[in-house]
Order: sequence, then structure tokens, then C-alpha cells
Amino acid sequence: MKQFFAFVEKEFYHIFRDKATMLIILLMPVVQVLIFGFAITTDIQNTEVAVVDLSNTPDSRGLIDKIDAGTYFHVTERLASSAQLEKLFKKGDIKIGLIIPPDFSDDMAAGQKTKVQLVTDASNPNEASIVNGYLQNIIGAYSLNRYPGDAPVVGTTVETRMLYSPQLKSAYTFVPGVIGLVLMLICTLMTSVSIVRERELGTMEALLVAPSKPIYIIFAKTVPYFAVSIFNLLVIILLSIFAFDVPIRGSFLMFFLASITYIFTSLCLGIFISTVSKTQQIAMIISLMGLMLPTVLLSGLMFPIESMPAVLQGLSYLLPARWFIEMGRIIMIKGLGFGYIWMQWTILMGMAILFLGLSVRGFKVRLT
Amino acid sequence: METSVVASLVSKSFGHGNHRVQALDGVSLRIGRGELFGIIGPDGSGKTTLFRILASLMLPDKGRAYIEDFDTVSQYRDIRKIIGYMPGRFSLYQDLSVEENLKFFATLFGSDIEKSYPNIRPIYRYLEPFKTRKAGKLSGGMKQKLALCCALIHNPKVLLLDEPTTGVDPVSRLEFWEMLDLLKAQGITVIASTPYMNEAMRCQRLCFLQNGKVVGCDTPENIRKAFPFKVFSVKSADKFRLLGDLRNFPACHACYPFGAYHHFYYKEGTIRMEELESYLASLQHEEIKIKESEPTIEDCFMELMSQGGEHGN
Repeated sequence: MKQFFAFVEKEFYHIFRDKATMLIILLMPVVQVLIFGFAITTDIQNTEVAVVDLSNTPDSRGLIDKIDAGTYFHVTERLASSAQLEKLFKKGDIKIGLIIPPDFSDDMAAGQKTKVQLVTDASNPNEASIVNGYLQNIIGAYSLNRYPGDAPVVGTTVETRMLYSPQLKSAYTFVPGVIGLVLMLICTLMTSVSIVRERELGTMEALLVAPSKPIYIIFAKTVPYFAVSIFNLLVIILLSIFAFDVPIRGSFLMFFLASITYIFTSLCLGIFISTVSKTQQIAMIISLMGLMLPTVLLSGLMFPIESMPAVLQGLSYLLPARWFIEMGRIIMIKGLGFGYIWMQWTILMGMAILFLGLSVRGFKVRLT
Repeated sequence: METSVVASLVSKSFGHGNHRVQALDGVSLRIGRGELFGIIGPDGSGKTTLFRILASLMLPDKGRAYIEDFDTVSQYRDIRKIIGYMPGRFSLYQDLSVEENLKFFATLFGSDIEKSYPNIRPIYRYLEPFKTRKAGKLSGGMKQKLALCCALIHNPKVLLLDEPTTGVDPVSRLEFWEMLDLLKAQGITVIASTPYMNEAMRCQRLCFLQNGKVVGCDTPENIRKAFPFKVFSVKSADKFRLLGDLRNFPACHACYPFGAYHHFYYKEGTIRMEELESYLASLQHEEIKIKESEPTIEDCFMELMSQGGEHGN
């Protein structure tokens, strides 16, 4: 056992004395979370709206106030004609414009269907349709609330209920994904070069001549990264809660357990790559191309797995991140318990034991 | 003398097909306990491969090797407990300090620095002033002393040193071999390879390795005695032309440059010094100086190598 701790101590020295790598490891999760949270977000936040109010009645002003009141939209321009609206679009100042016709209030009072026009800058179609949808919802809700009694006649709104993430907040879904990605990077990439590095530097030669147990050498390599990963995990969780208001609806402990299992699996995978790779470059390529890319594309982090072709869906079964992201979403966003994640958890544990076993078996006690 | 290390018809080759290289070809050795045994040979002669096979780090294709009666293949675990091995390339952790490296390797062998201190004291006293320095920042000589310390920390019975003094300054080299003498006196079997002939002379027995074959193995004294030629050391103003002219002389067996002089080998009684002198004078050589010398170990080495080469062809 003393031997094992000597190995662990040595591994900690290696990591903490490599200042540049250490900095990357500690900053990477923060940067990734911020990038995913702010830049790749599909949320609507303070979108500028121009309004052409041709009705100019309490009803129409009420609608404008209602739009302006939330955090999604901000009415910046009140215009007199639709010609002015066109100018603003050409300058690119606004993304969406609302034209309220002169007979808006009359129609509403008469219990007839009211008509408003939404003009959207569709040069970014994705963004346009999201903004459009948000604004439609607000307008629909307004006309319903104003004359509740006449609800069936006044305005037609398709009522959509967004489960678990009512505002369709992308932050909710990206957090488990980013945790999956960052931990995969640290655990797998970092450990995948660790054993092969000792072979390349020649230190393995001195290590092998000593009566050291392969399982100690292998296990000790995972311990420091395990510690660093848990630190990173906490950083990501805190950032998600405080910067993006992501709730953890389920048990925090359960989420922690799921994450630790995932970390362990990723470490074992990294070690396995390290025992089969001949050089550090090969290990890096396997981890980056063979693992990072599929993780980003296929694990459900960016694109829903259900809409992939069957072959790719099959591939995604092989990715540890896929199972972790599923667990994360079930616990964090749906708030469900272990009964709903036991399958994913068992698959991850199985993968970990498989990789560890293969690594110990494949560890070469001689030079090749 | 009791036997400590045995190699019997050990062969090893690398690569495939046309690129196949025979690193070792039927090497047999028997080394006594407490012997200081030297292995010399040109680069690529198979020295490192032999060390790795003895250290149980490589499997021989054919033949067997034993260390203290343990088989290097099937009993590698037992062997790794009783040998100290210093690879040719520095293989300690550069980002760990002197003390941390020692402590780590001591723990691997189930020991600690205090317990092992008597084993390493004569060497460690050189290192102690630098014990907090990172191994990567040590000088070449210090690195080798540290590596020797780490190889000695568990009081091994057999020490395998693959070119321990290559790239080390002459003073440190001398110190290093004085340490090996000390270890030998303690009854440790020491096997070392070296490219320096003055170091080879300090070994009790020497083995010449060439193209993976043992071309000679004996005490330095016997090797010199067995040298079948007499040697003239010859010098003149034009060293380069002199070498060619000496080689063209009919009685010349071989001639090699050795520092300021060329060593001219001849069969005893075939020529006299005056004949050679007048031959060189007739070729307009100036400042000619000829003296009779005792064959050095290097002369023997050159001769064995040229013979080995002939056998090889």
C-alpha cells in the first residue's frame, strides 16, 4: 500500500509542477461553460423590437407594454409608419417589427379575430423563427387575458407547453453536456498520454526494473486526475447555478454520484488508450479524433440523438458521454431519482470495469 | 568463484524481412559473484540489448539467461528484486528533486532513504548538497550518480550499468569508477559497458562484443598478452600521408591512428626499426619518430574488431 501512495504522490508532483497544463485544466471548464452558456445559447434576451402602432388605443398600448415588460423583448422604437420600419431593417438595427393595424381595438371590442403583423429579419432563419415564436406567444396570451370570457373567439393561439424547460432555456440542456465534454477532455485526454509518456521518456525502464505492480502504476495515474476532475465538476455546477440559474431539480448527491461514475469511466478509458498506444501522438489522436469529436457530435450534447440515422445512433451507444448526459438531464432537469438512471449508471460502470481490466491485462511488463 | 550471471547462446533480432537486424547472435557469458565485468564494443554491437535481456526487460529469441539462478524469462519478478539497473538513457523523473526520486525508488522496493542510507552513502554524499534540486537540472555527472544511487537503494546483488559514464566529465568518470570498486569490494556483481578504454582496464574481465557476437572475453592482462603482434608507435610531420605510407609497407599487418602516434602492428622478427625509418625517409617524411610500445587494450580491441569483421564476411 505504501508503494501505491508513493506512486500517487509522484503523479501529483508531475501534474502540479507542470504549470501550463495545470492552468489549462483549471481554466478550461470555466471558459467552456461560458462559451456554451453565452455564445451558443439559443435563448432570447433583450431582443430589440420596433413598433408601428396605427391603432393608438389603450388596447394597443397595453400590448406594447406587455411586450416591453418581460426580459425577452425591449421596445426601442415607436414609429409612425411601416415605411420607417423598412428603413430600420435595412440598417440592421432591429430583428423584429410589430405593426398594429388601425382597427385593432375595434376588432377586439367586437369580439372578432384581431390581426397584427410581425416582420422578422430572416437572414438568420433559426434566430428569426425563435424570436417570432416568442413574440407570438406573448401576443396570443395578451389577447386571451384581455377578454377572458371570449377566449375561444378572440385570437387563435396554439398552446404549447414546454416540459422541464418551460422557457426552452438552452442552458438547462447544455450544462450536463458541457460537464460531459470537459470531464472527458481532462480525464481521457490527460490520462491517455500518461503511461505512454513514461515509455517515451524512458522512465518506464527504471520503473519496470523495480518490483512494482502494474495495477498500482495504472491506478495511481488516475488518482490526481480524479481529484482535479471533481474540483472542475464543482466549478461547473456552481457556475451553472449562479451564472445561468440552472436548477438541480433532483438530488444533488445523486448527480454527484452520476458524475463520479462518469469520471471514473473516462479515466479508465484514458488509461486503456495509453496502454495500447505506441506514442503520445497516437494516444492524443485517438482521444481527440476518436473520442472528442464523436462526443461533441453524437452524444446528444449538440444534436438530439433521436433524429440521427440508425448507424450513428448505434455509435452513440459506445460513448460514455451519451449515458452521462442522459443521466444528467434526468436528474438535473427532470428531477427524477435513481430508479430512472440505473440502466445508464450500470452501463457506465460496466465500461469502466472493462477498460480497467483490459488495461491491467494489456500492461506490458517488458519493453517492446 | 561462484557464478552470479549466466547467458547461454542468447540471440535477439529486431524488425522484419530485409530490415531484420541481428542484435545478439549466440552470446554466452559466465560472470562470477562479486566480479567487476566490462562489456565493450562499437555502437550497435548489441550491448544495450544484452543489458535489457539480463535485466528481464526483453525476451531473447533464443537461448536463456540467469541471474543468481533465476531465469530472466519465467522468474522476472524475483530478478527485479535483486538487480540494480541503470539504463543507457537517463530514466529518472526530471521534474522530481534528487530526494524525491530517491524516496520514490526506495519506497518501490519497500525501503526508505534512512534504511538504505548505508548502501548509498559513499555516492550520496556528492549529491546531498543538491538534494532539493530537480533531477532535470543536474549536470551529467550528477545525474549518473543519482541514477546509481537509485539503482543501489535496495542493496542489489547484481548491478547492470549500461554506459554509465558516457557524456560525463573525466573527473566524475574517475569518481564513478572508484565507487564501482567500492561496490565490488562489497561483493556486488557489477556488469558495466563503456566506450572508454582506460575505464575498461579497471574491470577484472572484459568482453568484446561485435555485431552481436562475443569476439573475445578475458582479463585485460591476458587480452594484452594474447595480442599476436609487436607495435611501433610512429610519428612524422605529415600525419595523414604517414598513415597511408605505413599501411603500404609490406610487413605492416595493420596501422591505426592513436592520438599523436600511429600504431603499426607487425609480426615479430619481420622488420627492424631502422628499415622502417629508412623507408619513411625515402618517402620524404620529416621529423620521423619511431618507438617500440606495449600493446594497449585498444590495440587488442582494434585487432579483435578487424578479425570479427573478417569472420562476419
